[in-house]
Amino acid sequence: MDEFLQSLIRGLGTGSIYSLLALGFVIIYKSTQVISFAQPAFMLAGAVLVSYLSPAVSFVGAVLVAAVVIAVLALGVERTVLRPMVGKPVFVVAIITIGVDVVVRVVTNAFIGLDVRQVGDPWGLNTVSFLGAEVQQRYLVMIATTAVVTALLFLFFRYSRIGLAMRAVAYDQEVALAQGISVGSVFALSWALAGGLAALAGVFVATGAGVDQQLWIVALKALPAIILGGLESLGGAVVGGLAVGIVESLFGTYQNDFAPWLGPNFALVAPYALMLLVLLVRPYGLFGKREVERL
Amino acid sequence: MKGPTSIKGRQDLYTSYGQDMGFLNTRPKRAWSGGLVVVALILPFMITDDLLQLLATGFVAAIGAIGLNIVTGYAGQVSLGHAFFLAIGAYTAAALSGPETGRVIGFGITSLPIWLLASGLVAALFGVLVAPVAVRLRGLYLAIVTLGLVFLGEHVFREWTSLTGGPGVGRPAAVPELFGVRLDQDSALFTAAQQLYLLMFVLLVIFGVLARNLVRSRVGRAFAAVRDRDLAASVIGVDLTRYKVLAFAVSSFYAGVAGALLFVVNGFFDPGSFSLLLSVQYIAMVLIGGAGTISGAIMGALFITLLPRITRELPTVLPFISGDATGVFTVFQLEAVLYGVLIIVFLIVEPRGLFGIWVRVRNYWRTWPFSY
Repeated sequence: MDEFLQSLIRGLGTGSIYSLLALGFVIIYKSTQVISFAQPAFMLAGAVLVSYLSPAVSFVGAVLVAAVVIAVLALGVERTVLRPMVGKPVFVVAIITIGVDVVVRVVTNAFIGLDVRQVGDPWGLNTVSFLGAEVQQRYLVMIATTAVVTALLFLFFRYSRIGLAMRAVAYDQEVALAQGISVGSVFALSWALAGGLAALAGVFVATGAGVDQQLWIVALKALPAIILGGLESLGGAVVGGLAVGIVESLFGTYQNDFAPWLGPNFALVAPYALMLLVLLVRPYGLFGKREVERL
Repeated sequence: MKGPTSIKGRQDLYTSYGQDMGFLNTRPKRAWSGGLVVVALILPFMITDDLLQLLATGFVAAIGAIGLNIVTGYAGQVSLGHAFFLAIGAYTAAALSGPETGRVIGFGITSLPIWLLASGLVAALFGVLVAPVAVRLRGLYLAIVTLGLVFLGEHVFREWTSLTGGPGVGRPAAVPELFGVRLDQDSALFTAAQQLYLLMFVLLVIFGVLARNLVRSRVGRAFAAVRDRDLAASVIGVDLTRYKVLAFAVSSFYAGVAGALLFVVNGFFDPGSFSLLLSVQYIAMVLIGGAGTISGAIMGALFITLLPRITRELPTVLPFISGDATGVFTVFQLEAVLYGVLIIVFLIVEPRGLFGIWVRVRNYWRTWPFSY
């Protein structure tokens, strides 16, 4: 039972990282109908930035500064690289974001070097007793932070003017434009939000193990998460992220006992298998919008 | 209703649809194609072996890029899973042609036509298995699912060590033996590099012509209709399921063939080769070359394959780039950045890719000196 609780908490912890990343993907998708493959690079850049800043301005300060800086970076990328492509086929734009990802990642890697950098978080691998099971503190922090961030995002979209504008753009760009909403700034803002979320997620990934050049691969786990939840659903992104985290963690714990024929490390690809299964049943994810097709 | 096939003095005037859709429908096209083939056949006797090997790899990549172009450029089904199908082809060929050792399985069928066809067919089979998912999904959903395929494939190939030799170790690539002659060993007349170059070139011509013929047929028009508006296509009687499955099957067949040949030049490969990066490289080939054109795919593949070689030469021209891995700004970083930058620049500035540049140059000279 302890083992189960431990892997559940671990799953929820890593799942909340995926949720943060997935929220970024979905925010960009809702406003621009594009999946931004640049998220991994922004995540990596955020973690690296924190590893440089935290000795100077404390861990929490570094995280806040990094989130803002990466948000501005993402905003800049949107203005310079993505804006000329508005109205082009979504696939082409998605491929451009792969290009952005490669460029940002190579530049960031130059700042990492070959060794592992520490982000200077206060938790490390310390554990705490939770409902009778020893769980790592950092997972609890991740869960709590993600809960707060998600709640704030929800309030932002529900009650603020800008949030309303963003929802309007997601609903119908032309009508929003006709109502006087600046669609361009909504695009820019959604990239900035996604960049900030990615930076935050990057810091959490780097707690415990540190930052190395392979960190970005973690961000790709958010892709099965958004597909699971449905590309248009913010709630779906959170649920999908948590589901992916839990599935991965439970497979890591139990798969060796129950299904050893899948091979060791199957846990790492289990989210993709889960994604395929869900899509066979529900082609638009769990909470996605079924497109109305017409000529 | 068959008019005169040509009018005297007006050779370039088409009088039938068949003429317009002809394989080499203009005289300049015939001249250029013939010229390029002649140059390509003379080349192995003019340049050094290492360049030949690079070009041979480029030709194989071109076969793979043509395959991706059929499913993505012509039929409009975005696939990030090309690396998976390349891997299937590579391992089918290696297992069929390789010798049975204690470490990896092998069947010792070294005849090239047999393992080449087999690897294409096995990959096509997997393509057909994946296609039903593609029929249900659209756009970016499909892109992400095919991306998941790459990860699942990587896992299987990492763990199935009796087939793949395991990560970091690998296994020898397929044995290229044609009519009893080992093409990867020097013979009395040619060096190994020359033989492989000629083999890959002939195969590229064969598969290129096949693909060109496919896309200018009824099937190709159906692909284009599905790409442009799948609902409209189904309304005018294009069977969506059938053509999507067909597109995936043909594309995977090409990928399988390319995968089988891809490592023959180097002779060795390991499961780490088939990562997402490989898929992105092929996407880059198609987009930089020009989506929806066969010649564009070939240009793009050669360009991407030769790119590392070109950047390696840069430090001699631009001294602030360091040639080894120690400097502030190394060629390796430059190379990686160039991929990204080239994709971005091409898509923004010249969406039709290298093929589009060629079209513009051609149109300029066609009316020269009256360009307006």
